[in-house]
Amino acid sequence: MRFYEYESKELFERHGLPLGKRGLAHTREEAREHAEQIGGPVVLKSQVLSGGRMKAGAVKFADTPDEAAQLFDEILPIVVNGQTAKSILVEEKSPIAQEYYVAITWDGRRKLPVLIFSDMGGIDIEEVAEKHPDHVSQTHISTILPFTPRLAKEAIGATGVTGSALNRLTPIVTTLVEIFLAYDLTLAEINPLVRLEDGRFLVLDGHIDLEAEARDKHSALVEELGIGADETRQARPPTPFETAGAKVDASDHRGVAGNVVEFDGDLGLVIGAGGGSLTLFDAVRKHGGRPANYCEIGGNPSVKKACELTKLVLSKPEVAKIAVMMNVVSNTRVDIVARGVIKGVVESGRDPAETITIFRIPGSWEEEGFKILERYGVEYCDRSVSMYEAAGRAVAKMQAES
Amino acid sequence: MPGMFIDVKVSEAVAGDAELSAKLVEVCPVSIFAQVENEPLQIVEENLDECTLCDLCIEAMPKGAVEVRKLYE
Repeated sequence: MRFYEYESKELFERHGLPLGKRGLAHTREEAREHAEQIGGPVVLKSQVLSGGRMKAGAVKFADTPDEAAQLFDEILPIVVNGQTAKSILVEEKSPIAQEYYVAITWDGRRKLPVLIFSDMGGIDIEEVAEKHPDHVSQTHISTILPFTPRLAKEAIGATGVTGSALNRLTPIVTTLVEIFLAYDLTLAEINPLVRLEDGRFLVLDGHIDLEAEARDKHSALVEELGIGADETRQARPPTPFETAGAKVDASDHRGVAGNVVEFDGDLGLVIGAGGGSLTLFDAVRKHGGRPANYCEIGGNPSVKKACELTKLVLSKPEVAKIAVMMNVVSNTRVDIVARGVIKGVVESGRDPAETITIFRIPGSWEEEGFKILERYGVEYCDRSVSMYEAAGRAVAKMQAES
Repeated sequence: MPGMFIDVKVSEAVAGDAELSAKLVEVCPVSIFAQVENEPLQIVEENLDECTLCDLCIEAMPKGAVEVRKLYE
């Protein structure tokens, strides 16, 4: 769940991070008033949940309140990566001496948060890491032991920052880590964090992503920031296909058959179980397959739910076949999923034997499930076939027919 | 629409007995049975495929009164 820049800054400010004078404008008059109150050159920034604002022309500078009002009208309708702003952040323009980058996100491989710091901020951090690796430090953070200023200092110092800058950056970085951990964030980023010509440090731009599953836990914060219960705050609005997936999941309390994300491939996926969805999705791509969707099934969904999800996946005209794959299941029953998937295929007017490239769900009630699959001529396999291999078989079938 | 995978048959004696029918409605975890006042027990066809093969209906009734058939065998 993504926060707008002005919301991220509100949270940063509550924790004492240094921010410039600013105000959120919904009208040109508000933009003028904020610029007057700031009293000097300002920057106007479109509030969208996407990067690329500068390139799209949705960030502009104004020297006077009248110019700020005029630029408000210019910026507001600009579409940035498919998103239109409802408000514009008016902020004091700052004379920058040096830009830094600092972020905390999750390292999936290490299963730990990682603090990324660079003394080359303001530009794409991936580009810096590639061209100037000695200017980027990565420090993994314990989720058990406290994060201390000494660790922040080491992370900053690893990029060659010393002296006064090191001392002044340390509490900022430490605080950002504390925010990340306290609010169950998946991203806390400041880019750029700047040193001004007068030596002060300021957070110029910041982004926060809250773990969607932690939204209820932090409902007080969400409410205080004025985020409505109906705001999903994804990076892009859901497609009709994804909205239909959410309806399938909401239609029945039993199990999960949702979290559908649409892609433009031709292999439909009915996948899940204990991180299996991500693994299987990656495995399909690794084998050269083109997924039409991502989804998650688990928690023993009803036959109806599995059926409806299958029908949804098959409703995409470009989907010729589907792969039904899960990690080893314990509380989800193989036979129930088999019934649901086959029913979905049949109700879509297709032949299960032709449509299901592979059924790889080992575990609870698998013997019963395999009887059903045999009855409908569907290729299946048990846990002796790895998820990676099963994905490879599915992709091979797709490629054999293309 | 009858089930694709599961069929359930209940003897006429049980279907016509309000008390036994109520017991079937109570034990089935996926609502395959329904009872309407002054009518014989009804089978909810759209729920047949949800049958978990738990046998609670079979165990709750006199022997042979309920038959659960797997249509894929």
